[in-house]
Amino acid sequence: MADEVVDHGRRRFLTATTAVVGLGGLGTAIEPFVRSWMPSARSKAAGAPVTIDVSKIQSGQIVDYGWRGQPVCVVNRTEAMLATLTSSTVTSRLKDPDCNAVQQPPNCKNPHRSIKAQYLIMIRICTHLGCVPDFKPKIGPETFDPEWRSGFFCPCHHSRYDISGRVYDGSPAPLNMAIPEYQWIDDTHVRVTGKEPATYV
Amino acid sequence: MIKVFSKEWFVERAPGLLPAYRKHMTEYYAPKNFNFMYYFGSLALLILVNQIVTGIFLAMFYTPSARQVFPGVSEAFASVQYIMRDVDWGWLIRFMHTTGASMFFIVIYFHMFRSLMYGSYKKPRELVWLLGMLVFLILMAEAFMGYVLPWGNMSYWGAKVIISIFSAIPWIGDTLVTWIMGNFIVGGPTLNRFFSLHVIALPLVLLLLVVLHLAALHEVGSNNPDGVDVKHGPKGNRWSPDAPKDGIPFHPYYTLKDMVGVGVFLLICAFIIFMAPKVGGWFIEHENFAPANSLVTPPDIKPVWYFSPFYAILRTIPDKGLGALALLCSIAVLFFMPWLDRGKVKSIRYRGTSYKVALTLFAIAFVCLGLIGADVASKVILHVLGPNTDITWWLHLIGYIFIAIYFGYFVFLWVYTFFGLERTKPVPERVTTHD
Repeated sequence: MADEVVDHGRRRFLTATTAVVGLGGLGTAIEPFVRSWMPSARSKAAGAPVTIDVSKIQSGQIVDYGWRGQPVCVVNRTEAMLATLTSSTVTSRLKDPDCNAVQQPPNCKNPHRSIKAQYLIMIRICTHLGCVPDFKPKIGPETFDPEWRSGFFCPCHHSRYDISGRVYDGSPAPLNMAIPEYQWIDDTHVRVTGKEPATYV
Repeated sequence: MIKVFSKEWFVERAPGLLPAYRKHMTEYYAPKNFNFMYYFGSLALLILVNQIVTGIFLAMFYTPSARQVFPGVSEAFASVQYIMRDVDWGWLIRFMHTTGASMFFIVIYFHMFRSLMYGSYKKPRELVWLLGMLVFLILMAEAFMGYVLPWGNMSYWGAKVIISIFSAIPWIGDTLVTWIMGNFIVGGPTLNRFFSLHVIALPLVLLLLVVLHLAALHEVGSNNPDGVDVKHGPKGNRWSPDAPKDGIPFHPYYTLKDMVGVGVFLLICAFIIFMAPKVGGWFIEHENFAPANSLVTPPDIKPVWYFSPFYAILRTIPDKGLGALALLCSIAVLFFMPWLDRGKVKSIRYRGTSYKVALTLFAIAFVCLGLIGADVASKVILHVLGPNTDITWWLHLIGYIFIAIYFGYFVFLWVYTFFGLERTKPVPERVTTHD
């Protein structure tokens, strides 16, 4: 070695650049492992559309269907239930009565949050921590609400929703329950399609 | 010529072994005044061994699969029943594991409270405390994921609720939740990854952290009920002229003392395992004897008892984001203990009266939050005040009171010690039980 002098600047530069490139490589190498945790092709394929026959659901009744493993409920609402949706006892106590948060497709942005007012089609999952709220069809005082006008009550953390799934003020849930995208095929059959999986859920 | 496998033979080939044994056992001089509260560290180690051994055997018979083998019954749920009914002694191995999980937290909570009482988190043991807190954090993740594995309905919905807490994070929350679940809902992929984390990843991290926790402790030495540093006291004892006068070798003195604790502890564990393994729904919840059902939430959803104080904080605050933030803070604040408490006096024995009152209130608040989170409080209130009581209002009231006390403790501690308001008693020069 002719030159015994150590160039510290050069050494630092080389150490730093090597470290940066190494970290970059490490970061890139991590990506496949991180991505492996996202829903697999099989999980995505399980989200195929379902067709629901509503003809056997009686007035005031609720029926649950599994869609992507999630409970999608269909409620055949009575006239009295529908009347509560626009009454001030309900609307004045809601967090988002006009459904401004995108928790439904545009064609369901109305007080009954559905295409046909009579039928509510909704992902029955509480927007707080994901429990399934109980269906409480009674119009009249309940233990959790003296002015209850039918709707959903979450057993986990006592979030309350009206019969359109709009959340009441004072509930821990921040948003109205999600409405999936769906189409009516004929008078009694509805096809729940959804969009991209995370769009409304 | 050295005999093969003789002591000298080993010393020549592995010169580090004997010094390491001496450093951590026979020449680790711990203060001679350890009391009852000092049982819990070694008991925690004992349970860790129990969990690993029983866990290895459970993994031989358990199948982490959400695929249904009967209508509505997953392979995972069925394999737990298989362990309970068909595997010889399987029930014992499983109950040792489930009882161990709850006992782990009992022991750890006492262990942590001991640190609060005697100021063991203070200088120079900050690193011991921080590593211990990391152990606690990993332990919570480990316990949560283990609880999901039987794939009962409470497992399922517990997983759903706990994972959904992450959706409170702005912007990335929903994607993060999907990423953790590996599906659009808690399902097979979630179960599989939780199994992997529960049996491989987290135990490895846990073991590493425990080793570091002990290594850090053995560097600075153990604290004691007097909060006096024996290393700074007089030197020279029966074993070594350089060792602290008030220290005794960990082995055989404290190993023997700990064996008494182990005996009593195992007696209690045996009673639970053989007589009441569910402990009335506290160690294993009743709802978890029903298979997971993604369409039906159990009526009274709540975590196992050891998470209930933190769960009560989440549940009391009627706002998703703030509730999750408060939950996070309630654990995170503990990490800052060494810097929140500026008091020079370590042990509760010589600290101000207000400190004693505050620590007592803190302990009461922690237990009461636990009772709220475990739904005991609501039942008591309904029983005392009658069935027409506005239970939500009452739970909010007492919930907020205890949350205020919980966080108030840390605020008080900082103000009390930072502004020098504490009037302490004189700390003795040496441990009070010296000869």
